[in-house]
Formats: sequence, structure tokens, C-alpha cells
Amino acid sequence: MAKVTLTVNGRTVSGDCEDRTLLVHFIREKLGLTGTHVGCDTNQCGACVVHMDGKSVKSCSILAVQASGSSITTIEGLAQNGEMHPVQAAFKDNHGLQCGFCTPGMVMTAVDLINRHGNSLTEETVRAGLEGNICRCTGYHNIVKAVLSAAAEMGTARQAAE
Amino acid sequence: MGVEGIGARVTRKEDKRFLTGKGRYTDDMTVPGMKYAYFIRSPHAHARIKGIDKSAALSMPGVIAVLDGKELKADGIGNLICGWMIHSKDGSPMKMGAWRPLADETVRYVGDAVAIVVADSMGEARDAAEAVSVDYDVLPAVISSVDTLKPGAPQLHPEAPNNLIFDWEIGDSAAADAALASAAHVTEMEIINNRLSPNPMEPRAALGIYDEAEDHYTCYTTSQNPHVARLVMSAFYNVAPEHKLRVIAPDVGGGFGSKIYIYPEEIVCLWASKKTGVPVKWTADRTEAFLTDAHGRDHVTKVKLGFDKDHRITGLKVDTIANLGAYMSLFSSVTPTYLHATLFSGQYVIPAIHANVRAVYTNTTPVDAYRGAGRPEATYVLERLMETAARELGVSPAELRRKNFITTFPYQTPVILTYDAGDYAASLDAAMKAADWDGFPARRAESEKRGMKRGIGMSCYIEACGIAPSAAVGSLGSGVGLWESAEVRVNAVGTIEVLTGSHSHGQGHETTFAQLVADRLGVPMDSVAIVHGDTDKVQMGMGTYGSRSGAVGMSAIVKALDKVEAKAKKIAAHLMEADESDIVVENGTLKVAGTDKSLPWFQVALAAYTAHNLPAGMEPGLKEGAFYDPSNFTFPAGCYICEVEVDPETGKTHIVQFVAADDFGNIINPMIVEGQVHGGIAQGVGQALLEGVHYDTSTGQLLTASYMDYAMPRADDLPSFQVSHQCTPSPSNPLGIKGCGEAGAIGSPPAVINAITDAIGNNDLTMPATPQKVWAALNAAR
Repeated sequence: MAKVTLTVNGRTVSGDCEDRTLLVHFIREKLGLTGTHVGCDTNQCGACVVHMDGKSVKSCSILAVQASGSSITTIEGLAQNGEMHPVQAAFKDNHGLQCGFCTPGMVMTAVDLINRHGNSLTEETVRAGLEGNICRCTGYHNIVKAVLSAAAEMGTARQAAE
Repeated sequence: MGVEGIGARVTRKEDKRFLTGKGRYTDDMTVPGMKYAYFIRSPHAHARIKGIDKSAALSMPGVIAVLDGKELKADGIGNLICGWMIHSKDGSPMKMGAWRPLADETVRYVGDAVAIVVADSMGEARDAAEAVSVDYDVLPAVISSVDTLKPGAPQLHPEAPNNLIFDWEIGDSAAADAALASAAHVTEMEIINNRLSPNPMEPRAALGIYDEAEDHYTCYTTSQNPHVARLVMSAFYNVAPEHKLRVIAPDVGGGFGSKIYIYPEEIVCLWASKKTGVPVKWTADRTEAFLTDAHGRDHVTKVKLGFDKDHRITGLKVDTIANLGAYMSLFSSVTPTYLHATLFSGQYVIPAIHANVRAVYTNTTPVDAYRGAGRPEATYVLERLMETAARELGVSPAELRRKNFITTFPYQTPVILTYDAGDYAASLDAAMKAADWDGFPARRAESEKRGMKRGIGMSCYIEACGIAPSAAVGSLGSGVGLWESAEVRVNAVGTIEVLTGSHSHGQGHETTFAQLVADRLGVPMDSVAIVHGDTDKVQMGMGTYGSRSGAVGMSAIVKALDKVEAKAKKIAAHLMEADESDIVVENGTLKVAGTDKSLPWFQVALAAYTAHNLPAGMEPGLKEGAFYDPSNFTFPAGCYICEVEVDPETGKTHIVQFVAADDFGNIINPMIVEGQVHGGIAQGVGQALLEGVHYDTSTGQLLTASYMDYAMPRADDLPSFQVSHQCTPSPSNPLGIKGCGEAGAIGSPPAVINAITDAIGNNDLTMPATPQKVWAALNAAR
């Protein structure tokens, strides 16, 4: 057994788990944060993407013990004060989700993509950036629209703040 | 149209919970004392089970039980069944082999469930499963649907000699033969429809909870139709009688058909919960999903299409072998027959049609309905034929189609269906305009300058949705009626709960069904809640598949709303001392027409429950239920155009543009309908370019059992789509809805392949058109 201590969505949490426990299972089963999903066994689908120290990672691709000491943001920690993050709002406004299962991972990836590329994102770069997140419902059309729309809005907000 | 009513682009009520991680899927459920199940599955495609040694596993940490098929049988759990009887042309009933939830004698495909381990944690259950030793006597296996019919092929089920399940026909064989014999031109093809894995992103899961004190079972499961699951598990599998079994399908993460069926795992989890005295949860990993979720398609078809000298179609003759895998899944028999061959008239006047379908067993995963279910297979055959015929005849593929379009309605096809409404030229014109069809030669020339091969292809599809009139499907062999139920409960404060037998797995029913109520009564959508997916709340329902939840499910809600409105009007007339026929419902109030008298909706609701002043003899309360049985199928139709550029050096296909022009009749929420079309096209493009289930044909091992091996469409594989709608309302239901869930997957594969074969100048191409295949076809044509 291993002891894992993490900051998750701003709160310090710790727990014991088997050495082989993946971060995603620690988040889902030990912390009860079931918004992060498991859609495959091969690090392909991206339903489990969370942010670790500000960068998107597939939480099925690392052990919980490897993540110990880091700061994790899950989909549950993205909205602030009851207000959805601009990416979450853009997914709703653009109908970027249907069954909702891939959505948490897709949103977390999109937030990181926008953080890294900002307003320079194009349809092509968004599609390339989402290549590691599989959606079976939307055909990606409205997801791409949502990400571009959120990128524009976040860029405008950043400019206004500067 | 109001801001929230029918036709409005309302954003979805359910989105916030999905976007903030608060969706509740089956695997998210935990209950006190819950343990984990791991299924031990056959590693062989065909084998006899000689023995199972559990002793090592039983002594491992955390292990509660190891249960096998003999124990399951001893407890009286029944065989899995196919719920639609098909008779062969000689009158004999289909030959259904026994499918045990846990195999006790013979395994027939890689993944066939043999036993389960129940343990404290999933890791411990997996560890122990590796210590269970199953002794197999390996038998020869057969994978291909053509090979399985050959003399000497390995035999799967004693009930089905020569692996033949049925040999069925529809239409007039002599008339079709005569039409082809006298045709001025016959186009002949052999067409393969590739086997697919549906791949909803949420893997299947089941949580079985047995309550000994009440002798009662609860099953959380990933189901598109929890009521049918309860019915089948009660009536056929002897899990528990219906009043002792509650089935809950919470949020469901996609289905595309694969979550219609009742699988061994939910049966076994319920049984194991009673057996062990603890709640038992199982969640598939992705490889298990590839191995055990019912696959789709897998047809091999020989076909001839005849034309007269004026290029009018005279006759069609089809011969299909449908691979149903190792066992007959719940609706596997109807998919290649009545959902497939009845669509062979397409959008065209075809005086003589005959189709023969042989369904066969092979040592592969069971095959059943997958998005479109038989209709994509029929459309692919017909629309590749039309494009090929146009090339052979040297005419425009658009004009050949237009010349043969059905233009008067109702139209009785030679294969059962009566089309009720449509305007196929309208969709063709809209698609050609959106795609700038006339500008294609210039675009092709421009591509050629860059050394690229450009092609354009179309497909004009029709499908039968709104499944289905119960008496009609009963006469064709269905074991169930395919109506839908609804209950509208108006609370005393005027808010409304709608209980429906439909069950959303991504379609947005919580929004569109609320829009219907808002439109009808003028109340805000926020005051309407949709309740579904729980057999303890909704009395009965048939579920969501076959693009039926609008045409059938919402029609049931309309019927219930009719009754609610009628009673509310009676109450309002009584309270306002007016004639009932003068009461109108507008913007959330009941008014006396032509006066300034009105009562807000909530006051009428309150009056119904206080019951202080109701019309003489009226019962208190405002709650009405309805069952809606459709009078006909609905017939969505449209035209899809795909334009591609092929790199001759690599064979890689790039979709330059994709245009969809669909007639879905009336539309409740265009935003949601467009989303359905986008997703359907993505699955159709996936079938055409990327996806295919592959087995090792000698061992029966599934080679495409993960996302490393099965190519799912990803964001960078697809373009954005141009989508438009034409509208001829369906005359067969009160809302004029036709259904939109499957169209994209039906219309797109032939459009893509027609475009690629146009680009490379070689029609000999099978799906998926991978770069390797396209490159080879291109070089064979050179």
C-alpha cells in the first residue's frame, strides 16, 4: 500500500491505495469525484483528462503515487463560484456534447489547448489538439466550434484585463 | 414559435451536469457493501469446457466467490433469446441455438463468458480470475459468413444444421428475374458491408443489488430501454418476476444500438448478488466492449439492377448473407430482414424487387442493430449501384437518380412499405447547390495541377423510422409491441413532470420533450421535468432506438397532453362560468376567447388539487397517461454529397467537403437535430474510411480489440459539415416528425466511397477505404 497526498481542486487530500492504483481510479474511487471517466484501457480516448500542475494529463496513464505532491484540477473544480468556465459555457452554447461521457476530458483538454495557444487557434490546430480525445456522438463539429468560440472569448477577456 | 417552443434552438437543460462532472452513469454508482465482478471469458473461438478449477482463486485475498455456468443453470436462469421470429421461405422457423449467460458446455466466440469472480476490489477480482483454470478442448472455428455455409465447415449449434439460421426472402423473384432478363442494361456488383463495433464512449456496466428481506432485485445498467430489460429478464431469463425487479438506467453514455440488448453480464450480476449476499458491480473495459458489445453490419451481397433504354429502373435482385455471429442477439433477426430488405426501393420507382437473405452463425461476437440497423446496408448497396450504373451508362449520377425518383405519395413499394410523404428532388437540389456541384470540374482541374486526385460522390437515402405500428410488427414476427407510453403529471403549483418510456442516451430528451410541453401550454421549460430510465417511476416503455423517440415517444406525450388540456379546460370553464369550447390556452393562461377573462395555469392546477370547486362528478387531480401506437413508419430521406481529394503517393483520402440535405419532417430543436446529423455522418465516414472489425480467420482471435487497433474517427480525421433541412411533414403522427438519429450513418458511407472511386477511377474498393487499399486500387487502375 502507498500513501498519496494531493491537492485536488484546491483541497489537500490524502489516502492509502495499492501501489498499482492509477490516478484516475484514485480520483474516482477514493475521492468520489466521478466526473473523470474511463473510456478505454490504452491511453487513447481522453475521457480521463485532468490538469496536473496546470497541464492536461490522461489520469489513466500515471499511477496515483506518481502524482503524489502535485496539484490536480478535475472537471468538478473548473467552475468557480457556481459560474461555469468559459469553455464549459461554450460547449453548452454550441451544443458541443451529447451523451456527456467524453465531455469532462474533452473540456479539460480544450482548456489546456486554449491556455497554450490562445487566440492563435484555428480549426486545424483545434482538431489536431483534440486528436487524443475520442467523441462518438458529436462528429466533433460542434466541439471545434465551441473551442474556437471559447478561445476568442477568453482572448478578449485577457485583452480587456491587460 | 416561441423562444422555447417547437422549432427553437434551445440549449440543453441536461448540459450543466455533464459539463461540471455531475453526470451519473452506472459505473459512478456505489452502494454500501458493494463488491466487484470480473468475467472470465473464453480465449478460444470454439471449444468444449472440460472443467473449471477454482481452488487457487478461492483462497486469494478479497475473493468472495467464483461462480460458473453450471451453478447458474442449476438456479434456473434461462437462455438469452432473440425476440423477433423470422420464418425461412420454406415456412420453417429460424434455428435459434442456445445462448447461456455463462457457458457451461461449449464456448463459441472469443469473449464468451464462462465464470465470474466476485471480490472486494476490481484488482483482486482480476488477480483471482487469472488463477481460475479453465480446461478447454479446442474445436475448429469458422469466421467468415461465406465459409460457414460450405460443406465441412465447423458446426456451431446442433439446432442449426450447416450454420444456417434462416433462408428468407421478400418480393417477387419471378418478376425481378423477368425484369432483369429484358433490361436494356444491367449493373451487377458484389458488395461487402464491413463489420463494425458501435463503441459508445461509456463502456457497458451493471450493478446488481439483491435485498433478501424484500426478496427484491435492483439493477443499475447502461440501457437504452430499461423496461424491455426488466421484461426480458423476468419473462425469459427467470431472474425475478417484474414486480420484484427494478431496472434503472441512469445517465447513459451513448449506445447507438449496442445498449438495446440484454446481455449476460446484467443477468449474472443480479444472480450473483443473491448468490453472494452482496451488491455486485461489473464495468467493461474497452477490450471487453470490443469482444462482447454486439457488432454491426457484416453483410456480403450480390446484386443486379436493371434499366430500360430510357434509363428507368426495371428490376432489382439482391442476395445477401448476414453474419449474426455466435449467438442470436435480441433483435439480430430483424436487422438483416425487415429493417434491411424493405428499404430496397430506396427513393426510386422500382417495379420488381426480390431480396433473399441467409443469416448464418460464425465463431464471432454476436451481431445486431447498430445505428441505422439494416438501412445503412440497403442504402450502401443501392447507392453504390446507382452511382456505378450512371458511370456505366455515361449519364450524370444526379440525373439518373432524379429520373427514377418517386414523386407521388402515398407510394406502395414492392417490399411492404408505404411511403407517406417526401420530396426527394428538393433535397437533391439543396445538396447540389450547397456543394456547388456545377463547379466541381474546375475544382478537379485545380487539384490535378497539384498532383492530387479529386472526386465527388452522392447518395440519396431513405429510411423507415418511427418504429413501429405494433400490429404490423407483430404480424412480421416481433415479440413485442413498439408503441410508447407517457404520463403528464401536473403538480398543484402548476409545474409539470413528464414520465416517458423513451430513454435518452445523448439525444437531449430533457430539453426537447420540455420544449413540446412549453409550446403546448405556454409554461416555461424550467417548470417542466422529464422523468425516464427507471421502471419504478415510469410504468412501461419501449425505449430509444430506431430514431423513434420523437415520432413515437413525443406523440405519446402529445396524447397525454391532449387529455390534460381537456381536463384543465373543463375546470377553467367551470371556474370562469364560460363554455368549455370557448377556453383557449395561451402563454401559460387559460382564457375565455373574446373576453378579458383568464386564469393562470397554476391556478387551474391548484383548483384541480384543492377540489373545492370542480365541475360536478369530476375527479380531483390533473394527471393523465397515454400509450401511442404509430399508424405507419415514418420515412426520413435526403441527399448527401461528399467531395474528396486523394493523394496518389500515399492513398490518403482527405474529405474536402461534406454536404447533408435531410428531410426529417417537422423539427423540435434544430440545434439538436444538426448534432444528430453530425454524429451520424462521423460514424458513416468512420465506416467508409477507418473502421473495421478484423478476426484472425484461423484462430478466431479478435485483432481489433482496442483503440490502438480499431481506428475510431478522431477530430483530425473529419471536416466540418454543411447541413440543411427540407421539410415534408410526416402525416403519420401528430407532430409531423420523421426522426433524425440514424440518417447520417445511413446516407454517408456510399457518398464517401462513390467520391473516392470517382477520384481514383476504380470502382473495385471495399470499406474501410484505408490509404493502403485506395493506393492499391489507384495503382491497379493505372
